[in-house]
Amino acid sequence: MRVLGAVTVVALAAGLVAGLGLAPPEVTQGNVQRIMYLHVPSVWVAYVAFAVVFVASIAYLAKRADAADRLAHASAEVGVVFTGVTIATGSIWGKPTWGTWWTWDARLTSVSILFVMYLGYLLLRGMIDDRERGARYAAVLGIVAAFNIPLVHFSVIWWRTLHQPPSLMTPGPAMPRVIITALLVNFVAFSLLYVYFVAKRVHLLRCEAEAAA
Amino acid sequence: MWKDLLLEHRSKETLNALFFFALLLLFVFQFTLGPDRERLAGALPGLLWLGFILSGLLGLGRAFVVERENDCWEALLLAPGDKSAIYVGKLAGNLLLMFIVEAMLLVLFGVFFNLDLVPALPALVVVIGLGTVGFAAIGTLFAAMTTQVRARELLFPVLLLPVQVPVLLATVQATEAVLLGEPLGAVAHWLKLLAAADVVYVAVGVLTFDFVLEG
Repeated sequence: MRVLGAVTVVALAAGLVAGLGLAPPEVTQGNVQRIMYLHVPSVWVAYVAFAVVFVASIAYLAKRADAADRLAHASAEVGVVFTGVTIATGSIWGKPTWGTWWTWDARLTSVSILFVMYLGYLLLRGMIDDRERGARYAAVLGIVAAFNIPLVHFSVIWWRTLHQPPSLMTPGPAMPRVIITALLVNFVAFSLLYVYFVAKRVHLLRCEAEAAA
Repeated sequence: MWKDLLLEHRSKETLNALFFFALLLLFVFQFTLGPDRERLAGALPGLLWLGFILSGLLGLGRAFVVERENDCWEALLLAPGDKSAIYVGKLAGNLLLMFIVEAMLLVLFGVFFNLDLVPALPALVVVIGLGTVGFAAIGTLFAAMTTQVRARELLFPVLLLPVQVPVLLATVQATEAVLLGEPLGAVAHWLKLLAAADVVYVAVGVLTFDFVLEG
């Protein structure tokens, strides 16, 4: 755990240096673009986290291992935090670039729906006193939510394509190598951070469970 | 199946209250949006689904509460055989309830807002039917989950509404097109999405309901 924490700190520092120092400012957007080094890795971590919730939920229902439940719980928490970071950084980027904090663009909408869906998940966990039942219900919700992600994705894209196509996945001019490298460093750093947070949180939850027992 | 009939019989009290609620909703829409017919007509698909969803939330939320109040919850838990049969039965009952309320709302909308819904009716039935199945499938599952939870009246919509966003988007878009007189083919992609959602939701409901009814 210690080692993992230390490695994560180093990776994050490297990510900062790469993102703020090594990578050149983008031609049209200037320095504002640097927020991408935070934004894109966060949304990546959020999706990974919710995928982990899904798998851990199934594992819990199948095996009834408390460890799987704790993993789902921890991963959902971290996922919600990173979704929040994604939305916040996106907003900060959107203001100077699009001239508005918020617009009902397809990607913004689907990420914000994810955010409220998993907030509901955490809310449900908090509202149930019986630990075993809470774990079971949460697992069911974790599965429903995961199946819902593609539905949300398509419905939101169709809802908005009339007005503007999603801007991120469409192929554009290739990014310079330095920028890609900086982005990759941050991807690794954020993934490590995710693993570290989840490990820490799982550990805490286990301690709580032991203290309660 | 016996569950179904039982619910039928029982839901008369729910149905009366829901009918009254639907009527009140129309009043609220009218008062908050003003008498401007143009504006009301523009907002109609949204208002219609707001009505369906609000009454659906109330109706579905009660589905399992009745069981608990009547101490039937334990009986449900002890019921032999496949728990998914209970889910299907409850879902059927909820669907019936929602369809009745939706039919009433449609009539009320037609009367109060002076609309001629008849030409669009067949297409409207398809859209509303598909949307309602998706809504009720997850609604039934979540209603069972939140029955035993603190602050359930609050938690039920808080869980259900975000999950229902795809259904909501699809139905409102499709309803709008249908009300404008477009053929169903024009909204085929939305109908496909709804059908996919229905299949996924019902399947997940059937598969996971066992775990909800464990204790």
